[in-house]
Amino acid sequence: MKNEHQLRSEIRQFVLDDLLLGDTASMLDDDESFLETGTLDSSSVLEVVMFLEHNFQLTVQDRELVPENLDSVNRLVQFVMLKTHAA
Amino acid sequence: MLLDRYLHDSAQRHPDKLALVCGERRVRYAEMEQGANALAHGLRALGLRRQQRVAVYFDNSVETVQGIFATLKAAGVFLVVNPQTRGDKLAFILNDCNVRVLLTGLSNFEAVASDLAACADLHDVVLFDWEATQPVPPAAAAWAAAGRRLHSMSGLLAPQPANLPVTQSISLDLASLIYTSGSTGLPKGVTLTHANMVAAATSITTYLRNEPDDIILSPLPLAFDYGLYQVLMAFRVGATVVLEKQCVYPYKYIKLIAKERVTGLPIVCTISSMLLNLKDLEEHDFSSVRYITNTAQALPERHVTRMRALMPRARIYLMYGLTECKRVAYLPPELIDSKPTSVGIPIPDSEAWIEDESGSVITTPGVAGELIVRGPHVMVGYWNRPEETAQALRPGRYPYERELRTGDLFRQDADGHLYFISRRDDLIKTAGQRVGPLEVENVLYELDAVKEAAVIGIPDETLGSAIKAFVALRDGRVLTEAEVIKHCQKRLERFKIPKRVAFVAELPKTSSGKICKEGLS
Repeated sequence: MKNEHQLRSEIRQFVLDDLLLGDTASMLDDDESFLETGTLDSSSVLEVVMFLEHNFQLTVQDRELVPENLDSVNRLVQFVMLKTHAA
Repeated sequence: MLLDRYLHDSAQRHPDKLALVCGERRVRYAEMEQGANALAHGLRALGLRRQQRVAVYFDNSVETVQGIFATLKAAGVFLVVNPQTRGDKLAFILNDCNVRVLLTGLSNFEAVASDLAACADLHDVVLFDWEATQPVPPAAAAWAAAGRRLHSMSGLLAPQPANLPVTQSISLDLASLIYTSGSTGLPKGVTLTHANMVAAATSITTYLRNEPDDIILSPLPLAFDYGLYQVLMAFRVGATVVLEKQCVYPYKYIKLIAKERVTGLPIVCTISSMLLNLKDLEEHDFSSVRYITNTAQALPERHVTRMRALMPRARIYLMYGLTECKRVAYLPPELIDSKPTSVGIPIPDSEAWIEDESGSVITTPGVAGELIVRGPHVMVGYWNRPEETAQALRPGRYPYERELRTGDLFRQDADGHLYFISRRDDLIKTAGQRVGPLEVENVLYELDAVKEAAVIGIPDETLGSAIKAFVALRDGRVLTEAEVIKHCQKRLERFKIPKRVAFVAELPKTSSGKICKEGLS
């Protein structure tokens, strides 16, 4: 099982590569909201789900598609930890 | 009738009723009115004169709505610019219509401050979320050093009264400019009077049967006329708007419907796709929804069918419009089974008909022609664009009147119900927004490796049309799809960025050597 440090690093890399297309100057702080910063739109939220499901072997339920789980690097880390530890 | 009277009159009638719900904030009509009055006095204190322009460059928020109504109350003309807009484009718009005051947030301002230096008429920037007691950010210091003024909203409002400012406006005065993509690649400002906007809001609230107890959930940007009118129309009848920044998290949206007992759902195809992708929709409570509206891009029939099954009480309105007159037609909801692909009939107090190229009215069912619109909702023109205005507005039936050429091809059935066929120009409608291919192509040509570029819309279930770029590279040059998209991301608003990039050796040309987009897909 991946530790928090590994998770965080993979999630940050995903945000940088896939959501910001490698634009390091725009990289967010870990607690910055994707929504507030315009990093996510309705189509890219599905990219996040695919990334989580593929990289961390978990299933994101529809009801989990809420900002509390997905809207920052910190929230993604917490969400993945919760899901993978509960599994 | 003045547009700003909507807020004032509703605040008089039911001061304690909720006007806006925005995140944690719940703002009653009396509070909204007082806030807008105080900001109107503040704008006057900055020296704003009748009909001068004020831009709001901020997300959907209480402050954005306050800025809109304050500008009108101060007899100014408002424009809302999407906060995704890049600095150079924002500066173009502010210069184009000589904006005098900009209302925005600190981080938005910092991102564009260097571009705004070129806006000679922009004297004042008011920051919604910055206090003068906080450290002065570097961008603001440079702004002040250049002799411009920067204000905190709270500092500007503190000395102002909350009573209704006296205004000299009449309904023939300008109320708003709405910038929209043009086929020339530069945005142009659709110029609207109070009378235009009141006519549109009156007509639409009539056929939607809006009532004071409506609660309308709108994640549509206020910079987009469909989003802006949700607030105008709600304020007209004294209803409540649950204003969201965007519709990114589908469950948040669904939960809000139940929590706030939402009655009206204005959607675009992107929203219905996102919702209908969810697996357990039937478990949720949609019983409060009385009506759903769709415009900008037709809803696929299967979306309509599923929405109706989920919300059997809801009337579904399929509509068609363009910023130049707000709305043209709607399908009466009772016809949705018999004519699911029609956009119906002209909105109340307007006329629309189809003409052939010689200008003769077509009445024969099935024959295509351009749709022409006549009514009090038709804009007065494009700001400072006499040639484009003359193309869109032609002399009308009476000497004082002008009619709108929509540039869209339509046909009608035997009952006179209208059916959209296609656009005459090559503007792409994606996620409910208009995008001029030229603007995107110009950005692609900024890449040195690009020899030729063509941008088209391809059918996409979620977006209506998705933007696809075809690129031919100079000999020996290499570029990846990610590099092209990354460049576009720096230069364009998100909805204008191509979803796909195809590399080709050469683009097809006409005999005169012009790039020919027919056949690209």
